[in-house]
Amino acid sequence: MQHIIVGAGPAGVIAAETLRKADPDADIAIIGDEPEPPYSRMAIPYYLINDIDESGTYLRDPKRHFAELNIELLQQRVETIDPSGKSVTLADGASRSYDKLLLATGSHPISPPIPGLELPQVHSCWTLEDARNIIERAQSGSNVVLIGAGFIGCIILEALVKRGVNLAVVETGNRMVPRMLDDKAGGLLETWCKNKGIDVHTSCSVDAISDSGSGVEVALSDGGKLSAALVITATGVKANTDLVAGSDIKIDQGVLVNRRMQTSDPDVYAAGDVAQGVDFSTGNFEVQAIQPTATDHGRIAALNMAGQGDEHHGTLNMNVLDTVGLISCSFGLWMGVDGGDSAELYNPDEFQYINLQFDGDHLVGASSVGKTQHVGVMRGLIESKIHLGDWKDRLLQDPTAIMEAYLACTQELSYQ
Amino acid sequence: MQKSLNIDPGKCTGCLQCEMACSYEHTGTFNPSRSYIKVFTFHHEGRFAPYTCTQCDEAWCMRACPVDAISVDITTGAKVVSDDKCVGCKVCTIACPFGTINYSQATGKVVKCDLCGGDPQCAAACPTDAITYVDADWTGYDRMQASAAKSLPSAEATA
Amino acid sequence: MSWTRKILRVDLSKGSCTSEALNMDWANQYLGQRGLASKYLTEEVDPKCDALGPDNKMIMATGPLTGTMASTGGRYSVICKSPLTGAIACSNSGGFFGAEMKFAGYDMIIFEGKSDKPVYLLIQDDKAELRSAEHLWGKSAWEADDIVRATHQDPQLRVACIGRTAEQGCLYAAVMNDKHRAAGRSGVGTVMASKNLKAVAVRGTGGIGNVNDAEAFIAATNDGKAALAENAVTGQGLPAFGTQVLMNVINGVGALPARNMRDVGFEGAENISAEAMAEPRKSDGKANLTTNGACFGCTIACGRISTVDPTHFSVKDKPQYQGASGGLEYEAAWALGADTGVDDLDALTYVNFLCNEDGMDPITYGATVAAAMEMFEDGTITTKETGGIELKFGSAEAFVAITEQFVTGEGFAKDLGLGSKRLCEKYKRPELSMTVKGQEFPAYDPRGIQGIGLAYATSNRGACHLRGYTIASEVLGIPVKTEMNDTDGKAELVKAFQDATALVDSAGLCVFTTFAWGMDNIAPQIDAACEGDWSVENCLETGERIWNMERLFNEAAGFTADDDKLPKRLLKEVIKAGPTEGQVNRLGEMLPKYYEARGWTADGKIPDETRQRLSL
Repeated sequence: MQHIIVGAGPAGVIAAETLRKADPDADIAIIGDEPEPPYSRMAIPYYLINDIDESGTYLRDPKRHFAELNIELLQQRVETIDPSGKSVTLADGASRSYDKLLLATGSHPISPPIPGLELPQVHSCWTLEDARNIIERAQSGSNVVLIGAGFIGCIILEALVKRGVNLAVVETGNRMVPRMLDDKAGGLLETWCKNKGIDVHTSCSVDAISDSGSGVEVALSDGGKLSAALVITATGVKANTDLVAGSDIKIDQGVLVNRRMQTSDPDVYAAGDVAQGVDFSTGNFEVQAIQPTATDHGRIAALNMAGQGDEHHGTLNMNVLDTVGLISCSFGLWMGVDGGDSAELYNPDEFQYINLQFDGDHLVGASSVGKTQHVGVMRGLIESKIHLGDWKDRLLQDPTAIMEAYLACTQELSYQ
Repeated sequence: MQKSLNIDPGKCTGCLQCEMACSYEHTGTFNPSRSYIKVFTFHHEGRFAPYTCTQCDEAWCMRACPVDAISVDITTGAKVVSDDKCVGCKVCTIACPFGTINYSQATGKVVKCDLCGGDPQCAAACPTDAITYVDADWTGYDRMQASAAKSLPSAEATA
Repeated sequence: MSWTRKILRVDLSKGSCTSEALNMDWANQYLGQRGLASKYLTEEVDPKCDALGPDNKMIMATGPLTGTMASTGGRYSVICKSPLTGAIACSNSGGFFGAEMKFAGYDMIIFEGKSDKPVYLLIQDDKAELRSAEHLWGKSAWEADDIVRATHQDPQLRVACIGRTAEQGCLYAAVMNDKHRAAGRSGVGTVMASKNLKAVAVRGTGGIGNVNDAEAFIAATNDGKAALAENAVTGQGLPAFGTQVLMNVINGVGALPARNMRDVGFEGAENISAEAMAEPRKSDGKANLTTNGACFGCTIACGRISTVDPTHFSVKDKPQYQGASGGLEYEAAWALGADTGVDDLDALTYVNFLCNEDGMDPITYGATVAAAMEMFEDGTITTKETGGIELKFGSAEAFVAITEQFVTGEGFAKDLGLGSKRLCEKYKRPELSMTVKGQEFPAYDPRGIQGIGLAYATSNRGACHLRGYTIASEVLGIPVKTEMNDTDGKAELVKAFQDATALVDSAGLCVFTTFAWGMDNIAPQIDAACEGDWSVENCLETGERIWNMERLFNEAAGFTADDDKLPKRLLKEVIKAGPTEGQVNRLGEMLPKYYEARGWTADGKIPDETRQRLSL
């Protein structure tokens, strides 16, 4: 069996490892176009503040791991794929044939339509290369403007603050991380950031960026102007679907896959940020572009490529964020469903929030701010679709009792 | 044969000796807030339930880790966090559906049960044998794992 | 060294919270908790002050072993001048609050002054602040506990608070912590209420990492745990039956008082005993006892968790009382049961729930109701006073009804809140108050057991079994059996128990360990934990020093040898039947010997040489 995986991020690496476990004799190759060994974008913020060196971002020990598993690692750009001929063509002209192909090509940052984005002071923060550029320019005391307070924007916030820059954040939504947290939770993050000296502008967009001689000037939609030595854009990402653009493989927001992570071509699979797979909560097909989904996708795709897989029930959208020390997370349908009950505790004085969303007597969504203990059980409660029974009422009274609810509903606690 | 923790909530009195032993082993302090095992109290039912990582086969935390900081201790089967590698990104804390790997603000890393390298101190400290460390055949711990797994379709779908 | 070496001082008049260093000279002399806090009280409070005025202080204090792996190392005490007795008050409690205080970094919290408005203290490690408690005032201790933990979204927050009885001025209100544990006696909760302090909520994440000799400490505490496990009382009796194991035992030996101590021996004892709690009920087939529960770090786990039959009249249509909750301990079962003549176990359990929920000392409450019942039966009190309730001995319905009124402050509540001494004085029957220094007796009749009578009479906080639990020796034979009706040697026995208990109460340990532990088990644990010399000898001397210091406080408050007495009933009215028939307490034979054993003068004063010997 010849397996080719295009893309060396978490989805690709997990897929290769899962394939190896499933089929000890298969030929497995990962082809990635970035110059570094497979690394994790999730680790970039920690690289930015020198918590780790570059090798600390690597997904696996590049010297030994892939060789030990007999996984070929090819640093090459895949130029085209030929689904009918079951082969890929590399930038150096070589061609590789496959039995099963996995597209794990990830995504790329969107460039917002802002005049001046091409200026040398403007960067996205997506690759290790980007991170190196930011480290060089984001020196202590310099003014930095971050465009976008979404998930990516927020994970690099702390790194920038710790580097000692004067930071301003501009977000078009009415709150920070609008696609991850509701008004109250997003509001807590905003207040928190402002208390930390970050200049936060929500419901505000950037009209233009212009050269001011010593740096750039950022013109805001509310008429304000910010001067900056560095502008970082983090306004979202888009699936890297170019490779299949000319083929018959169906694309929507990303490459469409079924519950086996199979594209419209049965021998081509897709996983991770590029894949538009089934969402656990809605049953709809969506691009989630989050780390846990990438690894789940990689594993499910690989098992199916090896003929051992099953239909997947869908990946749960979830995020965890550390915004300058304030930890927040959300799961599933955190915004709730029509006719569902919800429970909420909001303590703005202490930056605490928990919100649970129910459909009937099971949990379908949850979000929290200021919590670090047992947050994963919110995933457990949602994905297991446990009927909470009486415990739903108790959670409506005290939504912090999620772990107790989970234990009471799944474990044998009785002893009388 | 590998051993596993066997937890019998029916024997637990809620004394928290396990939490103290765990925190003492891992931090050198008597400090339940930093214990990796946690006793949950059910006031209304008059019950206590110690709970910690089941070292589940799916290893959700390990799979979700973006920097390979969680590995399997081959002698005990425990999924162990490497402090050197963990960057504190917390992805594992939302990936683990059992809520048993948690971020520690004290260390900036995630923490979880590591079975104390094969001599779990919670079991040693438990005065009522509510927590024991036994051959992993069909223990209450297995039942706990199984009932948890059964509740998670995602664990079944790809097993 | 195990002390955090830090005190939190809360000035409620100013609204300030400041931390200061613990006086380590005093710590070395008085160890911690009861002893050390009493030292602070003695130094800082005028013993003649109004207990409910701003000049009184309330100290919450832990011991050096609180929050450690030592078995039962989770205790804390509340120390102040008592509004019930006017003497020094020190009420000890388990649960989880004390350890949490320690983890937050404080050996003690000293509350002084009085707040203008209701407040609660929130402690999150080194952050301490007073918050408005206007929304908590008027709430039960359980409700307040729930609201505070929900507000701060932290189920691990440990809360000590007062219920409505304290707010209403009941003179024997408790400070409740962790819902079911109480610093119960002498009205320490009333003092808290007088300061407009509703609750103290604490969360500590620092732990205890400064044990003096960690290796020796783990070894000594492991030895201690093994000794508790092997002992029949602490290893089997207490976990299985709780302190309630005593109900049938004490009744059997002829020392269970009943009906305001008018009688000795209670025909309904079996119905309210540990055995009855464990037996499936006829009505619903379930036992009253749901399980046993432990306080922080306790390997004994004597705590009772009970569930009342949901169809029982007391909880019917009250779902909030149909779940498991803190069940009857022996002293409460006696005071609420035998002393009132009520033998309906579920009714008593429900009344006990209410005592926990609204924070009144069940011993004093039960004994006060008992005194009222005696006055009702002889016509001194009528339905006019009780609001129509037929307050007769043995009536569970009346007891439940009057308790429900009591917690909400209705009906006869004001009078019952006085305690039996003031209540009986008010109705001109002072001889019916079964108290010493104004505090009610617990569950052992001094006519049947001589030594406990001396312990009651000389207790520094008024009648109390926990100041010198000679029952261990006189009934159970621990450490050696002494005859119940002998007075010989009881002076020395009482002194030894009082001193040892003072030390245990100052260490952070539970006195129940002493069923299995002697000072030779306890001293090594303290010695390994703390710097300094904590040999057996020094521990005992420390206990004696503490006892004498408390006595000095009381002396300065105006107490004399004349207050070391028992009610006439116990000295003159003989036991009418049973194995102890014909007996009275012979305090007069023991008291002079006790003063002598203590090195006091014949009129109970502490002479200079005794002060000097104890460095007082």
